[in-house]
Amino acid sequence: MNNKKFKDTIIQLSHGDGGIKTGELINNLLLKYFGNEILNRLEDSAVLNCSGKRIAYTTDSFVVNPIFFPGGDIGKLSVCGTINDLVTTGCSPLAISLSFILEEGFLISDFKKILSSIKEILYDTNLRIVTGDTKVVEKGSADKIFINTSGIGFIDNDIIISPRKIKAGDKILLNGSIADHGTAILSCRKEFNFKTSIVSDCAPLSSLVNDMLSVSKKIHALRDATRGGLASILFELARASETNINIHEDKIPVKKEVHGICEFLGLDPLYIANEGKMVVFVDRNDADKVLQSMKKNKYGKDSQIIGEVTEKGEGLVILNTELGTRRVLDLHYSEQLPRIC
Amino acid sequence: MKKKIKELVEFLNKNKTDHKINIMEVCGTHTMAISRYGLRQLIPENINLISGPGCPVCVTSASDIDLIIEISRQYDVSVFTFGDMFRVPGTESSLYNERSRGRDIKICYSPADVLNFAKNNPDKKVIFIAIGFETTIPLTSVIVKRAYKENIDNFFIYNIHKLVPEALELLLVDKEVKIDAFLCPGHVSAIIGSKPYLFIARDYHIPCVISGFEPLDILESIGMIAKQVKEGRSKVEIQYKRVVREEGNPTAVKSIYEVFEKSDSTWRGLGNIPESGLKLKEKFLKFDAKSNFPVKEINSSEPPGCECGNVLKGIKKPTECRLFSKICKPENPIGPCMISSEGSCAAYYKYEKFKI
Amino acid sequence: MCLAIPAKIIKINKNIAEVESFGVKKEVDISLTPDAGVGNFVIVHAGFAIQIIDEEDAQAAQSYWKEYLGEKEN
Repeated sequence: MNNKKFKDTIIQLSHGDGGIKTGELINNLLLKYFGNEILNRLEDSAVLNCSGKRIAYTTDSFVVNPIFFPGGDIGKLSVCGTINDLVTTGCSPLAISLSFILEEGFLISDFKKILSSIKEILYDTNLRIVTGDTKVVEKGSADKIFINTSGIGFIDNDIIISPRKIKAGDKILLNGSIADHGTAILSCRKEFNFKTSIVSDCAPLSSLVNDMLSVSKKIHALRDATRGGLASILFELARASETNINIHEDKIPVKKEVHGICEFLGLDPLYIANEGKMVVFVDRNDADKVLQSMKKNKYGKDSQIIGEVTEKGEGLVILNTELGTRRVLDLHYSEQLPRIC
Repeated sequence: MKKKIKELVEFLNKNKTDHKINIMEVCGTHTMAISRYGLRQLIPENINLISGPGCPVCVTSASDIDLIIEISRQYDVSVFTFGDMFRVPGTESSLYNERSRGRDIKICYSPADVLNFAKNNPDKKVIFIAIGFETTIPLTSVIVKRAYKENIDNFFIYNIHKLVPEALELLLVDKEVKIDAFLCPGHVSAIIGSKPYLFIARDYHIPCVISGFEPLDILESIGMIAKQVKEGRSKVEIQYKRVVREEGNPTAVKSIYEVFEKSDSTWRGLGNIPESGLKLKEKFLKFDAKSNFPVKEINSSEPPGCECGNVLKGIKKPTECRLFSKICKPENPIGPCMISSEGSCAAYYKYEKFKI
Repeated sequence: MCLAIPAKIIKINKNIAEVESFGVKKEVDISLTPDAGVGNFVIVHAGFAIQIIDEEDAQAAQSYWKEYLGEKEN
């Protein structure tokens, strides 16, 4: 929270894209109304103390368009998104809530497909929907279907995961290729007319985190890299932990076709959304064994060590390019737009 | 890759001169690439890379943006723009802001898609913002000809195309600007070839190298310039041989001049440059948005304190503008050099803000 | 002003070609490169091919393209 005023008079799309404008909306407006020591941390999940036990609690809303995309749909996205937010605290997810806002005229056959997707993820992760809500609005008042989910889980006493634990020397790990989700969405937009085999990386990462925690107690921070891309998460964590970090471009996996879409449209994969990627900050002495445990998990086969924390600092994220030069990554102003120049 | 970089850097150092060389990289895409790959860290200190006016968005005047916005406010039209233009500030608004206010403004990837939209939506009046240099102008010419042939009467272009060689000539006669060599735009040259630059080498004795966009291309091109300077030569050379031919793409050039003819054009920061723009030939005037959607005169002005003009001429570095990074930032751009994806100030802010 | 990428022509139907670049397929307009044929590499800008790539020069050049042009189908 700060003393800055919120100057905009209308909501713009950039307020919702996870970039700087989203930050302004949250810090200069929302926190002014609701700020408290828990909310102000702005972590993916809140951690509450309840009678000596710690509970992780998170919520998220999903408005993705198109609602069906290669590799998933809005249903899969919503449940995975909430599970992934929960496990960044190191908790074992306990239960999920599920609310729908449905547009009049939305096809039941499409709705059923989405419900099946959700059911599949619940089965995969051994979780249940325990409460929910459904609203229907007039045609034109919502785009087919919007979903809100929330989730809770217990955190074991001996697990403390928070950006404040990040320290110099920590290694930074990533469980696979970036920008798959964002480019999968772009690739099926009719106006671009691409034919690719890119699929979203949308996946529930509870088992991956569980595997990591079973081999190491020195995991300092976890964050799922969603909208705003890998770069935005690294930037946030560097700032939150007041450290400078070094990232190696040649260690960040990017699928060939993802690179292709980015080249066509002039986009930078570092800033494109993911839905199944976890960034891990771990004590350097445990880095290799955590990496091995990730590689054994079906959602971590392409895991890599992508960088390290260098020192206490102002939160600089420095990219070592493939050429051996260096540049500073910055928070993207807003969602990238396809360009010709 | 690293081995090749090492070789190129060695070549550069071998051809080092004692005095400073100012190389103007004309093309905004080169500016971005140089910053993104950290190429300044690899070249000898005596080589100074300055960014030029090759960013079509940066050189579009505020009055054109204001006019387009006014048209979208007054008429029931669907406006299509490349993503590059979307957030560029006019005098008091931008296309992005206008869309938030409900105007029908969309982003397109290809001009062909815009024409298809017009065909499939005959009840809508569709305006395509035709911006760009010679790389893009042939595309506009193709769709205008197609619209003419197929009698599409709901399609229009707001033409702000500009030509590169004429702008370069203006820079050469400007005494404030000190350029020793040009790194010429690779894809503009794919269209126009190398001949339009001959006058620079011949009349002004300034070396020109037409460069590709990958880091190795750019390093090799800088090396070729350094060698010319050391040997006292001034020639137009093509580094980007795989794409650029001496004669360019004659089909594309012919197409441009079937549809357009040269006219004077106002470049933001550079003023009016004769014969540096294009206007539709009479046969195709019915597609001109300005005449089909007249609006009253708007009071446009460039923002006070903005040094985009001097940055575009290469006289000042972005960091030498008083507003840079203090008031003028990507989230609050004062001038187009900050908001354009390839504007010098945007590149500096994103990649070179911190000296590392 | 210059964002353009190399792509290989796979199919042609009048003035539209299906091209492939880094595994991604797309239709582009080849009105500006009437001599381009199936198997040629072209440089694509905003949905149009603007020039045919000289493969010999591309192979000789040190660029990412070299890997790409020489690459087999995955």
